Amino acid sequence: VSGAAPDPVGAAVGFAARLRAEGLRVPVSAVVVYVRALAAVGLASPSSAYWAGRATLVSDPADLEAYDRAFGAFWLGRPPPARQESPAPPVPLGLDAGPGRPPAPVPEPEPALAVRYSPLEVLRSKDFAECSPEELAECYRLMARVRLGGALRKSRRLRASPRARGRPDGRATVRRALRTGGEVLEPAGRRRHLTPRRVVLVLDVSGSMDPYARALLRFAHAAVSGRSRVQAFALGTRLTAITRQLGWRDPDAALQRVAQAAPDRAGGTRLGEGIARLNRMGAPRGAVVVVASDGWDRGDPDLLDREMARLHRLAHRVVWVNPLRATPGYAPLARGMAAALPHVDHFVDGHSLSSLEHLAEVVAG
Amino acid sequence: VRAPAPSGPAEVRAALERHGYLADEGLATAVFLALALPRPLFLEGEAGVGKTEVAKVLAAWTGGELLRLQCYEGIDQSQAVYEWDYSRQLLHLRAAEATGALSRGGGAAVEDELYSERFLVRRPLLRAVSPPEGPGQSPPVLLVDEVDRADDEFEAMLLEVLSDYAVTVPELGTFRAEVPPVVVITSNRTRDVADALKRRCLYHWVEHPDFDREVRIVKLRAPGVGDALARQVAAAAARLRRSGLYKPPGVAETVDWAQALVALGCQRLDAQAAGATLGSVLKYREDAERVRAGGLEELVRSAEAPG
Repeated sequence: VSGAAPDPVGAAVGFAARLRAEGLRVPVSAVVVYVRALAAVGLASPSSAYWAGRATLVSDPADLEAYDRAFGAFWLGRPPPARQESPAPPVPLGLDAGPGRPPAPVPEPEPALAVRYSPLEVLRSKDFAECSPEELAECYRLMARVRLGGALRKSRRLRASPRARGRPDGRATVRRALRTGGEVLEPAGRRRHLTPRRVVLVLDVSGSMDPYARALLRFAHAAVSGRSRVQAFALGTRLTAITRQLGWRDPDAALQRVAQAAPDRAGGTRLGEGIARLNRMGAPRGAVVVVASDGWDRGDPDLLDREMARLHRLAHRVVWVNPLRATPGYAPLARGMAAALPHVDHFVDGHSLSSLEHLAEVVAG
Repeated sequence: VRAPAPSGPAEVRAALERHGYLADEGLATAVFLALALPRPLFLEGEAGVGKTEVAKVLAAWTGGELLRLQCYEGIDQSQAVYEWDYSRQLLHLRAAEATGALSRGGGAAVEDELYSERFLVRRPLLRAVSPPEGPGQSPPVLLVDEVDRADDEFEAMLLEVLSDYAVTVPELGTFRAEVPPVVVITSNRTRDVADALKRRCLYHWVEHPDFDREVRIVKLRAPGVGDALARQVAAAAARLRRSGLYKPPGVAETVDWAQALVALGCQRLDAQAAGATLGSVLKYREDAERVRAGGLEELVRSAEAPG
């Protein structure tokens, strides 16, 4: 152990607080390990404190930018860039406010009653864009029950089978033989069983999706919290993984975190580049991929065409959800939509609760 | 002999270099902490940046046995932890039956024999917590490779073993490592691994090396490659990584490329040689087409310019 350490515990705790202010999740156990790491590398140079922290306090490359900011501010006394001076105010994705926070202009007095008396079927098929805040709240409540599981496939994992089917199971066979005086009367077997495929959700959060993005995010929240095999991404000018953010149990807290992680909704969508990023990640391989977008693309349609073709080859099935599809007289004229459509297995609408329930059925194959 | 106890990241860096691995300060610090604290090391990064190699070099340096567990979907206890040697158990059982040991009420004794260490097949996770064979042997280096290919059930199993470096075989009891093994877990990040597993580990995101380090790596791994060629190849590879390919080349591809060029007798990279060897650095048809369309002369020319 080298280097005189001026209170590494205080420094570690202070730094952890700074990281949390930047939005990182830093459990106390990680701080304890960081203190030990600081003692091991010494505090002689800032770079050892930097790398010791990288090894112990960060576990996701997406957090590195925030880590570097916090490190500069805490250890080097470097004032953070102006825009990070105060923790960024939560950007509610520019969508309607959640049920907890009604929008500023108080709505007309009737809607609460309207919900109570409108038959459930009417609400189920009502376009999200036309729902009152109370109706949306009711939709979200119902949505929490939707479960999203991929189509079934054969797993490589073996399970005991009742009779001697599949591959021989030595362990169980020996056990049985012991019971029958050392004689193998009935060999045991194990066979592959069925398991749901992974589901990858890609949600367009650009401005043009405004009336639907929040509902789709609520749907994604229900899907992620119900299943461990669902991965979610927000797609705007760039692709952002939001599975971890959606993992928060409280949907409003989860959506806040999504808004912090993917605050790029003002810039329009670059579908081709986003799908290209997704393809490089390996997440879509063998999965059911759901892309929710209206197809308004500011990028290169040829790129989207190529990347959708690749996605179609990688994925088990590609489902495109377009909330505008339900509009009477809709034709897929948006450039992006026209480029993507040849590479899509299922083209469904996603403007209402019942259409999202239908989506869950399509995903389940 | 115990595992080496380096005094700091600099010593780790020097030792890894002696064994043919050029680490940057971040990786050296992470490896140092993995040995000093000690904790498992979780290495994540794109394919071909040299994650697996870290474990191999650590084994060469520490003198511990390298236990490699390649993960795949459905990997289970019988392949990862332990298994019984069923065919020998059945033979033993038939022998016991033939000598009448079973019928004379020796059933319990025969069962104890069947489930003794004699019939136990140790897989990598159990071997990692078993005492090393031979006195004075360094603790083993356990490499859990491409953990993102395995499923949740395996992660839970791994977490159990790593939480106190112990494995319980119900019929035999608990095996606990006296000296914890050096554990390296790698992931290509095709999916997110459970937070619980990451929290148990030190984490390092492995990047592509910078230009100077890549030149040194090429010269170290591909003897016979001249300085000029190594610099050209490294510059061209860096350029390819910036051009938005589906599968950007890793260090392993750069080294392969340099070796392919040497095998063809090239002292320098030119458009013709680059065209002939492009398959050793780009593994997708679309990528190769794109680079050819952009012009191989252009690629070679950009590799001449420094940086």
